[in-house]
Amino acid sequence: MKRGKRSRWIYGVGILLLAVLLPGCQRQHGGLSVVGSTSVEPFAGALAEEYMNQHSREKIFVQGGGSSAGIQAVRTGAAEVGMSSRNLMDSEKDLIAVPIIYDAIAVIVHRDNPLNDLTLNQIRKIFSAEITRWSELGGKNHPLTLVTREEGSGTREAFQKLIMGKKEISLGALVQDSNGAIRQVVADDRNAIGYISLGLVNDRVKALKIGGIEPNIENIQHHRYKIVRPFLFVFKSNPQGLAKDFLDYILSPAGQKLLVQEGLISMNPIPEPKKEARR
Amino acid sequence: MKISRHHTQGLAKGVIWVAAFSTLAVMFWILYQVLREGLPLLHPDFFIQAPRQMGRAGGIFSTIIGTIALTVVAIVIATPLGVGTAIFLQEYTRESGVSRVIRFGTDCLAGVPSIIFGLFGFVFFVIFLRMGWSILSGGLTLATMILPTIICTAEEAIKSVPYTYREVSFALGGTRWQTIRKMVLPNAFPGILTGVLLGVGRSVGETAAVILTAGSSFITPDSLFSPIRTMAVHFYILAREGISMEMAYATGAALILLILAINTVANWMMYRYAHKA
Amino acid sequence: MSKEKILEKSFLLIALSSISILALIAFFIFQQGIPLIWKVGLNSFLLGDRWFPSKESFGIFPMIVGSFWVTLGSLIVGVPLGVACAVFLCELIPPTIAMILRPMIQLLGAIPSVIYGFWGLIVLVPLIRNSLGGPGLSILAGSLVLGIMILPTIISISEDSLRALPRTYKEGALSLGATHWQTIWRVLLPAARSGIVASIILGMGRAIGETMAMIMILGNATQLPNSILSSARTLTTNIGIEMGYASGDHRQALFATGVVLFFIIMGLNSLALIISRKGRA
Repeated sequence: MKRGKRSRWIYGVGILLLAVLLPGCQRQHGGLSVVGSTSVEPFAGALAEEYMNQHSREKIFVQGGGSSAGIQAVRTGAAEVGMSSRNLMDSEKDLIAVPIIYDAIAVIVHRDNPLNDLTLNQIRKIFSAEITRWSELGGKNHPLTLVTREEGSGTREAFQKLIMGKKEISLGALVQDSNGAIRQVVADDRNAIGYISLGLVNDRVKALKIGGIEPNIENIQHHRYKIVRPFLFVFKSNPQGLAKDFLDYILSPAGQKLLVQEGLISMNPIPEPKKEARR
Repeated sequence: MKISRHHTQGLAKGVIWVAAFSTLAVMFWILYQVLREGLPLLHPDFFIQAPRQMGRAGGIFSTIIGTIALTVVAIVIATPLGVGTAIFLQEYTRESGVSRVIRFGTDCLAGVPSIIFGLFGFVFFVIFLRMGWSILSGGLTLATMILPTIICTAEEAIKSVPYTYREVSFALGGTRWQTIRKMVLPNAFPGILTGVLLGVGRSVGETAAVILTAGSSFITPDSLFSPIRTMAVHFYILAREGISMEMAYATGAALILLILAINTVANWMMYRYAHKA
Repeated sequence: MSKEKILEKSFLLIALSSISILALIAFFIFQQGIPLIWKVGLNSFLLGDRWFPSKESFGIFPMIVGSFWVTLGSLIVGVPLGVACAVFLCELIPPTIAMILRPMIQLLGAIPSVIYGFWGLIVLVPLIRNSLGGPGLSILAGSLVLGIMILPTIISISEDSLRALPRTYKEGALSLGATHWQTIWRVLLPAARSGIVASIILGMGRAIGETMAMIMILGNATQLPNSILSSARTLTTNIGIEMGYASGDHRQALFATGVVLFFIIMGLNSLALIISRKGRA
């Protein structure tokens, strides 16, 4: 590498830098950025993969970060589409949210845990650390290991609203920043209890019945298992172009079939009392 | 009973032997474990295919591209800036209060944790400059992270060139720039290269700042403004989510091999240039 | 003549750009973080033990304690073992073997921290959980993994310091009748002290700054940890976990955490400077 070209190189890099750092530079990649909920992420990823298989010239970039991160990203323009696993808050109502599918939250324990069923009240007391040992639930005298999501998580927000109500989740709970990470911790620790998206439960963990009701598709569609929340795609303004095409694909029978196959719950048969969607 | 100093020596040396041996053994064992599980899974397909099914299948092609792209952007920006600054500090100014302050500031920023740079990069490049999660945002952030290191090592390298070299050049009528170009820089090259390779190593291994600025999408990028996942980030995500232990081990093994390659090249180049003069 | 002037000015420009980039970062962090510290009050920010951003509680004391214990633990692991390895490499084994081991240790230092974190997650955490109790994701796990991560730094620099000592130190001591060990313990190590301390401070800096591996194995509970088997957060993991979605006051609080980290690192750097200056005298 000869030193002679160095000054020319420096000038060149300097000009390149200027060109790149000029404020308000355009976003030039031709793809779609879909950012947000780690609950929605694997499913959006599967849909994107399928979509890109059929439209090989399009690119859809999916990444996690949590529901709040996704909603923020849409607001600041860092992404075109936000994924959320909770309903929009009042302060976010200026954005457009479209439900794409429904999902339940499952309370999970280690697969060898003898417990099968808990009441809503018990779960509340467990996660607020009023119950601290498994012996209080009929098990061995071991301390409970609580696992929760971080505060920006849509899953945590939904869990807080639908189960905890006014009680706070204990500050002593372990915090993991994705569903997969919680699943890992609970799968390895016999004393652990946590909550994840039902669609992500696998055979390494056990989903508990709540008040005797098993979290399965039938119970959810008949409103018996009520810990349910929508997966939303969030936009800053009416979706156009690739965003609209991708959304249309997801809402089409083909897209919905893919999601249902993965364990999510279609929204069509559910006549639901509250309408959160805005088109 | 007084213990003879020979017994003390025997005891002390014995303790050190055991401590050092077991420490080194554990450290190498960690590497060995990852390599043992991961190496068998490394076949050409792994490097050519992009990840599929969230990383459960396919390979790591896009992450390799991402790692290279990010590193290249960071080096291309940081090296001229860093070496230029070092040249200025060493060749064009005298040792003064100002230069000492500058150096202290650089040293401090060299020690600042990467997450702070990630913070900065996220708010400044991704959001404020509207670059989004992209190779550019990530590369620029990495460049700011490795800049202090390059300045520092380049300065050391330039400083270590004996003044007599410069005297000879001046005596022969050379200008300052000619002196720098023909006498100082070629001799400082190995040291500067070390700094650059340190920067490369850091870029390859950096995870926190990269996730915050380059995103974590694993689709093969189509422009500098595309988000990208590097190998280290891919490894981190696979490991934490328990998506696929095999893929995690394989990615980890690939990462270790990459670092090994970079280190070997660095050592070889140092050896060659040390023996050229 | 004018070409030289142009070049000199260009280098000045380059140097100024570099410095201003670095200054910009520092300025940015302070500009975002200080207002929050002002708003919440320095005392309740540093000493408040409740971190609950959604309820506007911004006390980072649990994170300071977490960082402190994890770093201290890593030093307890890393320093004795690191110095022992340095002595081992320098004095106790034949130089040819040392020459082979040295680049291998350098390689260990270049391995990304996520790999060590992964090993900690797969091997250490279950081990701690099954034999000592608790969730395994704990300060103990963090300290052990961090200790291993900073070992290459401490070993390399300490060993360099030992090797840089004039041969006369060792030969003089031995010729006066000291045993090998007495020479090492009473002459060589004290003489290399400033280099060893520098390596420790460098290692400490790396330990404080580590993020990803710690997110993997510390458990990240926001409560004040009360034992080494407790889960904890460090200043860095706090930022790492919440940065993605934080906004407004919450985001400024994370920058404020960055300010605190900045001062800690600056303090360490100054300490290193003072010690190395003393050592030179």
